[in-house]
Amino acid sequence: MSPEQTSLAFRANSVCALEDSALRAAMKQATDTFGTKRADAFAPVADLEALRDRASAIRDDVLANLPMYVDRFVASATRAGAVVHRAEDAATAREIVRTILADRGARRIVKGKSMVSEEVDLNSHLEAAGMEVVETDLGEYIIQMEGETPSHIIVPAIHKNRRQVGRLFADRLGVPYSDDPQALTKIARKALREKFLSADAGISGANFAATDTGSLVLVTNEGNGRMVTTVPPLHVAILSVEKMLPSLADLPAFLRLLPRSATGQTITSYVSVITGPRKPGDATGAKELHIVLLDNGRTEILAGESRDILKCIRCGACMNVCPVYRTVGGHAYGWTYPGPMGIILTTLLTGMKKSHPLVDASTLCGACVDVCPVRVPLVDLILGLRKRKVREGFADPRERRGMEAFGKAAAKPALFALGQRLAGAFWPLVRALGGKDVAGRMPSPAKTPLRRRLP
Amino acid sequence: MRVLLFGTCLVDTFFPEAGEATVRLLRRFGAEPVFPKGQTCCGQPAFNAGYEAQARAAAEHFLREFDGDDPIVTPSGSCAAMVKHHYPRLFRDDPKLLAKAKRAGERIHELTQFLVHVAKAHEAGLRGKGTVTYHASCHLTRSLGVREEPLTLLSSLKGAAFLPMPDAARCCGFGGTFMAKLPEISCALADEKAASIEATGADTVTGCDSGCLMNIADAMRRRGTKIRVVHIAQLLAEGL
Repeated sequence: MSPEQTSLAFRANSVCALEDSALRAAMKQATDTFGTKRADAFAPVADLEALRDRASAIRDDVLANLPMYVDRFVASATRAGAVVHRAEDAATAREIVRTILADRGARRIVKGKSMVSEEVDLNSHLEAAGMEVVETDLGEYIIQMEGETPSHIIVPAIHKNRRQVGRLFADRLGVPYSDDPQALTKIARKALREKFLSADAGISGANFAATDTGSLVLVTNEGNGRMVTTVPPLHVAILSVEKMLPSLADLPAFLRLLPRSATGQTITSYVSVITGPRKPGDATGAKELHIVLLDNGRTEILAGESRDILKCIRCGACMNVCPVYRTVGGHAYGWTYPGPMGIILTTLLTGMKKSHPLVDASTLCGACVDVCPVRVPLVDLILGLRKRKVREGFADPRERRGMEAFGKAAAKPALFALGQRLAGAFWPLVRALGGKDVAGRMPSPAKTPLRRRLP
Repeated sequence: MRVLLFGTCLVDTFFPEAGEATVRLLRRFGAEPVFPKGQTCCGQPAFNAGYEAQARAAAEHFLREFDGDDPIVTPSGSCAAMVKHHYPRLFRDDPKLLAKAKRAGERIHELTQFLVHVAKAHEAGLRGKGTVTYHASCHLTRSLGVREEPLTLLSSLKGAAFLPMPDAARCCGFGGTFMAKLPEISCALADEKAASIEATGADTVTGCDSGCLMNIADAMRRRGTKIRVVHIAQLLAEGL
């Protein structure tokens, strides 16, 4: 499906989500579980803080030298036999992928989980060209069947419970209803197996790209990623430019951090390192490998004050601990990326005009900063975007007037004290005049403020 | 020891009892609190909403009012964190104010920090009563790094039982202007916090930030729960 961005309706979206008791229960259960598993997985990692420092420093280095690293990756990957394409924006990326597939007569496509492909809305474009695109990650398979988009970057169907999935499978696949996760997985596996074996091409994302070897690294759990990248004769990988790691030797640090942060696993079931297409004598691998490197605004972000968001390695830990995300789920954010990293990335990639309510969708509690494995200063970045929102004129005019008055009163004690007295005198009126959301939840100002009680 | 008391705008306007309790505590432990009369607000409402010029105006005023070398004590983790961590950023381009901001950051103590590290109040045998649980407010815990001090004080109370709250440091949904901009989510988070508090079975919940306590008290009212919500300064001062 081709989703319209609804970030401007964040508040209305969140009100809908708050009324969805199934969603709220599923979100609470899943995020609580991830929180516990993450803590357990990191408990024995004695050098965690040093590890985070190291990973953070590597990501800083990548950003500081990104054009050089991208060039190096292109050269290495090309040497390894891959064909590398550069896509300036989403439309270009979609068209590159479609052309690669169409030129080879590919009609049946299997797909591994890729948030970048969601960002560029790849599926609808390929489907419009008459191709069948089947998502093979179990969560993605579920939401594709439901006509939804992922509500979490790691766990796309986090908002659904097993009874909903059971009913969906019974409806769409004509299988007997079951809400047993193992039975449901078996059903999906059987349906997907046929798709893998008959596919003309596989599309995947990548978690990292090693610039010294030209390798793509995929960190996955279900085995579908390996099937997508090795069974069909053609493999197209799409990834954004900031996924670079200087060297394959940097990978272990990230493999210690990413699965623990994401799912609380010490390691995922599969870690695939793909260096070029199948070579003579190789037992597996796609015969042809194309890599599409997407910019889509990253170069501009890199030059700006929010560049640190590009350090993100997409573990999803920030959303699992975010009080707002945990409560309303990912769809409320109205675009591809939800939660704290999503607030920042969505605003930067789609523009303030399409997303400004998102920058207020944080209590600034800082729980995300505590868990980010690569030390992205998420709260500072959100604060920076709030300044931009005000600067660019997207703030509510009433808020602006209020804050301008605040600025004056805060520097003039007499005015401040007067404001205090007026608030006290007019509080019932403030409450009556639609201030119930705020004033209605606050007590009345004290008859005598502290400043007049103390000597 | 002379200390400058920063009441904070919320305590000054809505919860003066917490400010008075802070004064009683400071005096009991040998400090002489002075309340600079010209004080207003640390500037956090404007800073967090993206109004840097207004935040700067408030911060400059604060630095004037609280100039000198005396320690500054405030009954708020959030406002202390604002001064300590955000003032230096506000004045990054102004060497003179930057130096003052850094100095203020070194001088400012959140109340429980001062009570434990300077006044040793936890060794004074303060009295308490009933059962108490504690909400660890976000900026106090994560920005200022004050985790143990309130617990040290609360568990030192003679005659009161301290009951830990699950996920004590999870946000209550106040978030300053967040409360006004996304009231539905704010209330949902406050409800979740209230449920955690109720689950402890405590008759009193306390914390170090009036904003959070106000939000929690509102959730308690909505839910018809009879748990007392009180600032830690008042709770401790009752045991003097």
